[in-house]
Amino acid sequence: MTSNSASVVSARNLGLTFETSDGPVNALTGVDLDVAKGDFVSFIGPSGCGKTTFLRVIADLEKPTAGSITVNGMTPEEARRRRAYGYVFQAAALYPWRTIENNIALPLEIMGYSREDRKARIERTLELVNLSGFGKKYPWQLSGGMQQRASIARALAFDADLLLMDEPFGALDEIVRDHLNEQLLKLWARTNKTICFVTHSIPEAVYLSTRIIVMSPRPGRVTDVIESTLPRERPLGIRETPEFLEIAHRVREGLRAGHSYEE
Amino acid sequence: MRDESFLKDKLLPIGTVVLLLIAVWYVAAVYLNAPFERDTAGRASTEIGFSQIVRNTMAQERPVLPAPHQVIVEIWDTTVNKAITSKRSLVYHAWITLSATLLGFGIGAALGVLLAVGIVHNRAMDRSLMPWVIASQTIPILAIAPMIIVVLNAIGISGLLPKALISTYLSFFPVVVGMVKGLRSPETIQLDLMHTYNASPAQTFWKLRWPSSMPYLFTSLKVAVAISLVGAIVGELPTGAVAGLGARLLAGSYYGQTVQIWAALFMAAALAAILVMIVGLAHTAVLKRMGAKP
Ligand SMILES: Nc1ncnc2c1ncn2[C@@H]1O[C@H](COP(=O)(O)OP(=O)(O)OP(=O)(O)O)[C@@H](O)[C@H]1O
Ligand SMILES: [Mg+2]
Repeated sequence: MTSNSASVVSARNLGLTFETSDGPVNALTGVDLDVAKGDFVSFIGPSGCGKTTFLRVIADLEKPTAGSITVNGMTPEEARRRRAYGYVFQAAALYPWRTIENNIALPLEIMGYSREDRKARIERTLELVNLSGFGKKYPWQLSGGMQQRASIARALAFDADLLLMDEPFGALDEIVRDHLNEQLLKLWARTNKTICFVTHSIPEAVYLSTRIIVMSPRPGRVTDVIESTLPRERPLGIRETPEFLEIAHRVREGLRAGHSYEE
Repeated sequence: MRDESFLKDKLLPIGTVVLLLIAVWYVAAVYLNAPFERDTAGRASTEIGFSQIVRNTMAQERPVLPAPHQVIVEIWDTTVNKAITSKRSLVYHAWITLSATLLGFGIGAALGVLLAVGIVHNRAMDRSLMPWVIASQTIPILAIAPMIIVVLNAIGISGLLPKALISTYLSFFPVVVGMVKGLRSPETIQLDLMHTYNASPAQTFWKLRWPSSMPYLFTSLKVAVAISLVGAIVGELPTGAVAGLGARLLAGSYYGQTVQIWAALFMAAALAAILVMIVGLAHTAVLKRMGAKP
């Protein structure tokens, strides 16, 4: 085991096969990966290449069938029991009978934070995702983008250094998405969290990440790892620079190599 | 806006149907009660005209089918014109039945919820209990009611409780079925979220499963409360009970007091409607407190 102590997620030859009624499905095979503390890692690849599955393995929502994985140096289950991560699902998954602030309070109640502490954290995270003043509203009173931001706030409210995000902005329009991407980067800089982020969008991956993991399906595997040379400080305009386009080009090449579109 | 639509959407169609039913009822009363009038006239060897027959059929003492106004007069007489402590007061009898209904409903609802919680959380209970719950409802209540009453009487329990237990027997079923469905209604993603927080089963229950099940709970409570009333009335039939709507029905049929039977029937229907409405109001109030979209 060569994984250094600063590595937050460390996978060695990780594999996961689902046993279905139509026979086994190879969702992941031979994944070797290290995510260092403070990294912003994006996972990109065609549908069905195992991005969600990998995130769910980190979160102990699925058990791997081969290889090994550690989270904060522990098994995923131990890490989950210590509440090591916040998970943002593809859908906001807010509880409709709770107001926005009570939705954010949900993990805090479960983890036993005190009432005053909860109040302070709700206020802080609402501000972090630009939703101050919406705490008393119910989810149905908010737009899809606002709901997704509330679900991010919920994942940020407790002290987990790792944030797992599965296509959090997938269902949103381009403008809102740009805006949320910008906010997410600021938030990452401010909070110093480690983020694993699943996306289908090449510009989004390049704009956000320090590393981009390119994956390919059947069987799901990692085909390329691209280190970003962009600075940590990234205004939206960076997306027109040659450096940005160069990385985007490499990601596109990586995706093409791993996937033949003739199928 | 709302008031206008109330008149147009509710009062008009419902009122029309009610008027139609009353008209049909009067025609049926004339038709069914006429043979008796013709027989009486025949025995007395007198001629009787059609308009006289119609008039007479409206006012028989023991009609095959009493006319609506006879039933209304009977209800008025036995509610407003009698002290409610009197044995001849319909309010008194309704209260006897209602108290058994409410007790049985309370026990049935609690039992139903408890069983559902067990079934949802325990695989063994799910497999072993659910078939029995369903089988319990295939036995006709009319067959089991006398046995419950007799057995409980033999061990010295009589009065309210045996009747209430028949209500319970009927009403726990919709609650079990509804609550099993309700407690299982949270989506996978909502349950996964709890898993990522490492929530305990109790926390998952109170913060997710229970609130999710509220619409299912109230829907099944509406069925349960109506069926509880049926149970209480059925419970009064086999015992020769002296009080309660069931006793009124039975006594009425012994003595051919059809007007009394119909009055008791209408009282039962009104009670059922009021009970269902109260549960409906509680439903709306709870959903409103849970921030449901108006
Ligand atoms: N619970 C499951 N049971 C059986 N097969 C599954 C299950 N979950 C995922 N799979 C299969 O595993 C493979 C990887 O799925 P996964 O959801 O990880 O893909 P993905 O990369 O997230 O795709 P998308 O971009 O569409 O979200 C797919 O072939 C999928 O059908
Ligand atoms: Mg996915």
